[in-house]
Amino acid sequence: MAALHAEWTKLRTLAGNAWLLLAVVALTVSVSAGVLTVTTCSTGDCGADAARVSLSGIYLGQVAVAILAVLAVGGEYGTGMIRTTLTAIPGRSTILAAKAAVLIAAVLVAGTVAVFGSLLAGWIILPGNGFTEDHGYQMLSLADGPLLRAGIGSVCYLILIALLSLGVATAVRDSAAAIGVVLGLLYLFPIITQMIRDPEWQRHLQQIAPMTAGLAVQATVGLADLPIAPWKGLGVLAAWAVGALLIGGWLLRSRDA
Amino acid sequence: MTATMTPFRRETEVGRDGFGQLLHAEWTKLRTVRGWVRGLGLGAVLMILIGLFGAAAVELPNEASAVPLGPDGEPVRDSFYWVHQSLTGDGSITVAVDSLTQQADTGPGRQDNVTVPWAKAGLMIKESVEPTSSYAAVLATASHGVRMQYDYTHDRAGLPGAVSAAAPRWLRLTRSGNTVTGYNSTDGSHWTKVETVRPATLPATVEVGLFVTSPDHIESAHQSTTSSATAHFGSVGLQDGWQGSGWVPDHVGGGPQSAGESTESAGGFTIRGSGDIAPIVGGIASPGNIVPLGNFLVGTFAGLIAVMVVATTYITAEYRRGLIRTTLTASPRRGRVLAAKAIVLGAVTFVVGLVTAAVVIMVCEPIAKSHGFTMFPVDLWTELRVVVSTGALLAVAAVFALAVGAVLRRSAGAVALVIAAMILPYILATSPVLPAGAGNWLLRVTPAAGFAVHQTVQKYPQVFTYYTPTSGYFPLSPLAGFAVLCGYAVLALGLAVVLLRRRDA
Repeated sequence: MAALHAEWTKLRTLAGNAWLLLAVVALTVSVSAGVLTVTTCSTGDCGADAARVSLSGIYLGQVAVAILAVLAVGGEYGTGMIRTTLTAIPGRSTILAAKAAVLIAAVLVAGTVAVFGSLLAGWIILPGNGFTEDHGYQMLSLADGPLLRAGIGSVCYLILIALLSLGVATAVRDSAAAIGVVLGLLYLFPIITQMIRDPEWQRHLQQIAPMTAGLAVQATVGLADLPIAPWKGLGVLAAWAVGALLIGGWLLRSRDA
Repeated sequence: MTATMTPFRRETEVGRDGFGQLLHAEWTKLRTVRGWVRGLGLGAVLMILIGLFGAAAVELPNEASAVPLGPDGEPVRDSFYWVHQSLTGDGSITVAVDSLTQQADTGPGRQDNVTVPWAKAGLMIKESVEPTSSYAAVLATASHGVRMQYDYTHDRAGLPGAVSAAAPRWLRLTRSGNTVTGYNSTDGSHWTKVETVRPATLPATVEVGLFVTSPDHIESAHQSTTSSATAHFGSVGLQDGWQGSGWVPDHVGGGPQSAGESTESAGGFTIRGSGDIAPIVGGIASPGNIVPLGNFLVGTFAGLIAVMVVATTYITAEYRRGLIRTTLTASPRRGRVLAAKAIVLGAVTFVVGLVTAAVVIMVCEPIAKSHGFTMFPVDLWTELRVVVSTGALLAVAAVFALAVGAVLRRSAGAVALVIAAMILPYILATSPVLPAGAGNWLLRVTPAAGFAVHQTVQKYPQVFTYYTPTSGYFPLSPLAGFAVLCGYAVLALGLAVVLLRRRDA
């Protein structure tokens, strides 16, 4: 409990963190709004997924989440604070768990606001861009099961990105390298997938890619064509996050700080 | 006795405060920090591994084949159905096209009328019946009016509008020595010239005929089916020296796609043909498994991330460790410190990128060929340009990252910013989330424009395909895209110099 309180104090009092949480919301909502503005539906079957389009800001918002999570541990290694932390609380798993817990809480709040803001932007902009009932689109409504899944799933996605980043940063111990590894894991898979000329391989890569599989949770139409089912895709990202945390935790226990 | 005062002389030589020394100092830093050397090495290894994965992961059932090359050395398709005969010397041929329809397999055993924009029917003068031989043609298309085309890559518009029984198009080709002139008309008496062209090879005796062809019916970026076109021609007129000896039906450029037929009726011909006479482009319209050169350099994205992490920490680490104060004490002219860093970093990453790209291409090309891929043929200069520009891409991106690092002075934010600025636009532009127009716009105005240097294929307006970055087409030319990236690097560097001078270290 003391560890939790300590981590909460750190997260709360470092000036950068508030800005980063604000950036999660601002980046997500503004990119979503931008993409929404340029997406139009002029024919009956334009194939666009209204939820996906509305939540597209997650592509950028997750970067701020990754920075926040990486700095939670990378920043301590940068300043040497980690040694104070470990002296105060020698239970290393406890520290990692406490850090994870406060990150989950912070990202839960910021992520919910960001997702809600994006869906609100979609609710305002989409009808004007031809996403009307004539073209087979309902107004976005959280009473709609798939949309609710997309919204909640996107918040979970951001939380898992935070945990993945925390695990990577604990393992790498350097903020810059950790950001590079996290963004490499997220961004490189989709690019490599496009290069592979074999549909079977493409599907497999999409199933294991943390970002592509994780964002499958945003899909509300064409679920049968997805490489992986929505919640299952989020499970893949969760596996990545747990794996990173386990490796990070193990290295934290076995290495000198 | 007079006491003499010897003026003070320093025993040691005065240290040179030259730029060379500064460069040497920065080179020593980069060379001796293990993490940076490892980071650059990791980037190079990832580039090679990803290239190998792309080349070796998939085994295609077919054999790699040679891509047919046209008279200009461009890869071309040449398959169509025609009725033709050999004619010697100068002369003219005239015909009217009064219908052109296209059919495609739209389901199992089902044929439907579709619109294939570049389905062609018209007159052709060709060097020989061999595929890829030189030609000149004037033709009606389904959606692009009358065109004059020759030697696969050249295209000029004639009369607009589709053909029908109510609005037939009269076409005429006239040979005079080494030139061929195409004319068109709406009534057969008022003629307008489209163009006079000079095909690469035109022997004394040429093949002259009426042809029909139709490229694949492209339904979406991922789906296409074979199509065929059927055209009706009115009676054929040979004038100005040509004497007819009878028309022979034939298809040029074997394969199932070139199947066709012709029936002669009441002084006219009804001809059905399939295929295309055009340059080969990438994407869905590309036949078989033709891979552009840039495909194996996808690992550059991984190399780029590694390089940008190293480049950013190359300056932020100095701030974190306080070394920047030593550096600025040793060399108080701050702009020169940043310049030295940029030069050393740029040179090192250029060499790393260049060597790695050369290795990737040399290793991957033979492997891909042995796995059944056909390489999109490019000349040596293009290959060299791609290798050199990969080095330049990494170097400029590194300088950009260095400058952003100097502005922000914090590694995590700077690394995230440069990676997101460089790679995220590319991902958004190639993802189905963003409409194609907005995606192309992103690849024009963000640092991701620099990836255009990997473009080795050319766009042709007379061939329809989805010209997307994934099939090797960028909205900007390689040079323009690179210039956009350089612009960002210069801007960031300028801002960094100003801030470095103004702020306390």
